[in-house]
Amino acid sequence: MKRTADGISASLPIHSDLDLVWVRQHVRQAAAQLGFGLVEQTKLVTAASELARNTLVHGGGGLLECAPVSRGGARGLRLTFGDEGPGITDLDQALRDGYTSGEGLGMGLGGARRLVHEFAIDSRPGTGTTVTVTSWMPGAPRPREER
Amino acid sequence: MSGAFPAPYGGPPPYAGDVPVLRLGDVLLVSLQGDLHDGTAERLQQDISATVAHSGATGVIIDLSGVEIVDSFLGRVLGDIAAQTSLLAAGTVVAGMRPAVAITLVELGLTLPGLRTALSTEDALRLLDGSAPSLPRRGPARREGP
Repeated sequence: MKRTADGISASLPIHSDLDLVWVRQHVRQAAAQLGFGLVEQTKLVTAASELARNTLVHGGGGLLECAPVSRGGARGLRLTFGDEGPGITDLDQALRDGYTSGEGLGMGLGGARRLVHEFAIDSRPGTGTTVTVTSWMPGAPRPREER
Repeated sequence: MSGAFPAPYGGPPPYAGDVPVLRLGDVLLVSLQGDLHDGTAERLQQDISATVAHSGATGVIIDLSGVEIVDSFLGRVLGDIAAQTSLLAAGTVVAGMRPAVAITLVELGLTLPGLRTALSTEDALRLLDGSAPSLPRRGPARREGP
């Protein structure tokens, strides 16, 4: 695991359910350090837990890259989950609530998308899947430059 | 593989042991604290069902006040526990869920219909007390004045 001094940037391996716990703890700590409120922290940690579990269960393990981002004075946290698993053949189907390829509830991907501000998924059958999510600090006007 | 990781943060280590199931009369009390392993949650599910079956408990209270996040996995486990105990003639009440957790669960799309809830373990006990006699009690349950 690599971590930088700011306590926010990190790359965390996801290979066991113990790693899911570290992912949740790190994301909570990073979000708190950036100043996210309790509800926003909880949403982001929950989204991270869903996505990390997808990486583990469907992608056969992978990596989380966690980094602070800023845009026009707004600050946020970006999480990138990457795996080299089988990939997703039908993205629309995978994002639909209730669709499950395993034994879950089928809320993981679609649910996680609702818990964050930005959500991007890149998946190619045979090469793997990368999911990138970003949440911005509430309160500060997002697109504006001033302050 | 990652079992050998040292705890990288100051917080409490993830709880990999078993969650104790306490018995208070006819009620089993389970208090979840901190961040639960998937495996721990699954073992708890089995422990509760086994304990209900051999103790004849009529109620189960799961205290979530110490839990910071409930994702779809833990949500499913809670729903399954409620369904299993119901088949074993016991009611399950989830107590003390944090507001941020409730907000997140709804947004996640997991409203867990059928799960009974209470704001505190005390309320949960009262709820179970009030609903316990689902069958008419035999014998002189309540005596009228002499």
